[in-house]
Amino acid sequence: MPAPIRLRELIRTIRTARTQAEEREMIQKECAAIRSSFREEDNTYRCRNVAKLLYMHMLGYPAHFGQLECLKLIASQKFTDKRIGYLGAMLLLDERQDVHLLMTNCIKNDLNHSTQYVQGLALCTLGCMGSSEMCRDLAGEVEKLLKTSNSYLRKKAALCAVHVIRKVPELMEMFLPATKNLLSEKNHGVLHTSVVLLTEMCERSPDMLAHFRKLVPQLVRILKNLIMSGYSPEHDVSGISDPFLQVRILRLLRILGKSDDDSSEAMNDILAQVATNTETSKNVGNAILYETVLTIMDIKSESGLRVLAINILGRFLLNNDKNIRYVALTSLLKTVQTDHNAVQRHRSTIVDCLKDLDVSIKRRAMELSFALVNGNNIRGMMKELLYFLDSCDPEFKADCASGVFLAAEKYGTDSLTSLHVTAVLSCVLAGSYVRDDSVPNLIQLITNSVEMHAYTVQRLYKALLDDISQQPLVQVASWCIGEYGDLLVSGQCEEEEPIQDEVLDVLEGLLVSNLSTPVTRGYALTAIMKLSTRFSSVNRIKKVVSIYGSSIDVELQQRAVEYNALFKKYDHMRPALLERMPIMEKTATNGPTEIVQTNGETEPSAVEPKHPPPVTQPANQVRTPYSGSYSEQDSSAVTTQFSHDIITFPPSVFQTFQLQLLSPSSNVVPALNQGTVTQVIRVLNPQKQQLRMRIKLTYTHKGSPVQDLAEVNNFPPQSWQ
Amino acid sequence: IIWLIRFILIQNRAGKTRLAKWYMQFDDDEKQKLIEEVHAVVTVRDAKHTNFVEFRNFKIIYRRYAGLYFCICVDVTDNNLAYLEGIHNFVEVLNEYFHNVCELDLVFNFYKVYTVVDEMFLAGEIRETSQTKVLKQLLMLQSLE
Repeated sequence: MPAPIRLRELIRTIRTARTQAEEREMIQKECAAIRSSFREEDNTYRCRNVAKLLYMHMLGYPAHFGQLECLKLIASQKFTDKRIGYLGAMLLLDERQDVHLLMTNCIKNDLNHSTQYVQGLALCTLGCMGSSEMCRDLAGEVEKLLKTSNSYLRKKAALCAVHVIRKVPELMEMFLPATKNLLSEKNHGVLHTSVVLLTEMCERSPDMLAHFRKLVPQLVRILKNLIMSGYSPEHDVSGISDPFLQVRILRLLRILGKSDDDSSEAMNDILAQVATNTETSKNVGNAILYETVLTIMDIKSESGLRVLAINILGRFLLNNDKNIRYVALTSLLKTVQTDHNAVQRHRSTIVDCLKDLDVSIKRRAMELSFALVNGNNIRGMMKELLYFLDSCDPEFKADCASGVFLAAEKYGTDSLTSLHVTAVLSCVLAGSYVRDDSVPNLIQLITNSVEMHAYTVQRLYKALLDDISQQPLVQVASWCIGEYGDLLVSGQCEEEEPIQDEVLDVLEGLLVSNLSTPVTRGYALTAIMKLSTRFSSVNRIKKVVSIYGSSIDVELQQRAVEYNALFKKYDHMRPALLERMPIMEKTATNGPTEIVQTNGETEPSAVEPKHPPPVTQPANQVRTPYSGSYSEQDSSAVTTQFSHDIITFPPSVFQTFQLQLLSPSSNVVPALNQGTVTQVIRVLNPQKQQLRMRIKLTYTHKGSPVQDLAEVNNFPPQSWQ
Repeated sequence: IIWLIRFILIQNRAGKTRLAKWYMQFDDDEKQKLIEEVHAVVTVRDAKHTNFVEFRNFKIIYRRYAGLYFCICVDVTDNNLAYLEGIHNFVEVLNEYFHNVCELDLVFNFYKVYTVVDEMFLAGEIRETSQTKVLKQLLMLQSLE
């Protein structure tokens, strides 16, 4: 049998293959040769054969038949054999194969071998792919090696111990004695791996964490020496001594100082020192600074230090290297809630990052920008964000549009509303980038910007003519047409003005189109109905409405039937019911979901009692002596008086009524029954149902918020019959 | 939080794997899938992108040297910049050891490349960062052959 070809030869041959098929053929041929060689139990060439097998495995070809051979190599006495054998084990074997357990004994022997390199191989293999059983069996050996004086082995043993702990956490205790003197090492490599081991132990066990807190002074000292000491050629990277060790120590300090005041205090100085003294011209320095910032943010550092950290991040944002900008934005996003003011100072730089070329930087800059918007900077920020919305990639548009809505809602004032509405319209018109939950927000925004109504409805109408597939757009557009249709046909249009029938055509088209969802159809039908008081083609509208009175869609049917009734029995109420929506005050962020049902809800703000109320009365008891006065009108007006330290909020009336809350007479209720607050609630009760009212009170009493529920059932019958 | 390296990959632009070191359990098909995904994600990026990619629920720190991509997969909360330095450290050692390394060196001496990795990384952590020390060890090991 000729000697099997050498590894180099094989590689060279395979590389000459011009097609995948040719390569496969060569590989199969060689595998067959290797298989027969294995069968002959040939010791001399086993190593070479396994090496070739591993190469072919790396190319993606199956190689399981070599697994046992790896074991034989490991058991051999020759170093070259062992080396390939262990490599093969790491590449071909894993926990799921029972075969790997056979390695345990070999590894055990090799851990006690006389040559450190063999021991090293064994430690390495155990540390990379040792299963839980293997770790359990061999933990003792690893622990022994952790205490040896050979630094080459101690380094490997320390990381091997890390792996053992990860696989079998219960064994952590076993390594505790060996850790006693780990930090007094001079050898950087051992120090480094020891810090890693300590980190792993502290992360997994709160007891260990408490135990190792006493090491903080030592760690601080080591870090200090690293920074202050002169040039050390072995571990120097671009002029900084052992940056990797510095980073690991900083991370361990972070874990140790996390919820502990004393430790945090002990670290303050060194952190400040590292933060100010580290050279920032290269990535290395910045890597250390970054870890320092993370540490400062996580421990209980004093505020001066935190500001320092955020300023470092701010400086990162100006760095040419986009990696560093990215890293800064990520961290700033995490701290913006807790250190809002400090981050605000870097707002302009952050906004500049919106124009960056890298997608992930843009995304983080966008999120951060939204987090930084407040009442003071809304105008400038809006401009930047709108520009971004216009020019950004489609994947951002939905989130950006929602962000813009929310910001406008939270901080927009009247003078800014027109700006917002224009902006918001542009993104709605940009297509389906608006999320469904933004529809009510957008509608509210449009309602409140009175001077923009004509412009808004024109643009939306035009958009509808082009495309009726984007549901959020269609819903907002139909709502607007319903509300402001009169402006659309009244001659206020800049461009060609549609006539009433065209508008009705469009809305009816929505009703029948396959693209419209049921919700959209509901919007369209209601819009058509509203136009009955704004357009003159009432008969047409009546016809449409009556057709849908027998629609299969229950929701549509109900609406149509109710609107029909409006035409017939309640025609005198129709104008009042369908009149323009009033300005909606700012509600909670999940605004009115069913806009058609209510006539706008106002939520009065919470109250601050001027004088502290008497202690004897528990604040939770609400007495609501009802004193009603009602007048005979189409809608019954109910005046309720409350005497107590509270103010009214949204009473919820059951669905058969329509409710209109007017503002309360005052925001503050004086204590000690010295006065009352009156709020008028208008109730539309077309079905003449008995009036019942449930009230939920939210108020502040002595500075703390209180909630209370009450029900009023004793309305006199004349008020609702 | 698990701060360990999940895997280290060296791939060329065509997608051939020159080194795959795994520090976590994966099936063979999972490994293959990961290799393909990493390749797909990393080769579409160019100079105007950062060296970090979010990948599944980890992230990849990578750097391109000539036609080879060196990728390290770590936890999302880990320090990106430090691993960039780690990659560079590793590449400098390879360069020194193979005397101006090129891709073919890594192909013909693949088992030696694994040795270099094992001298510098272990159990998913950076083990030895001193280039001089690593090179000394590598020469010692070589003399045993």
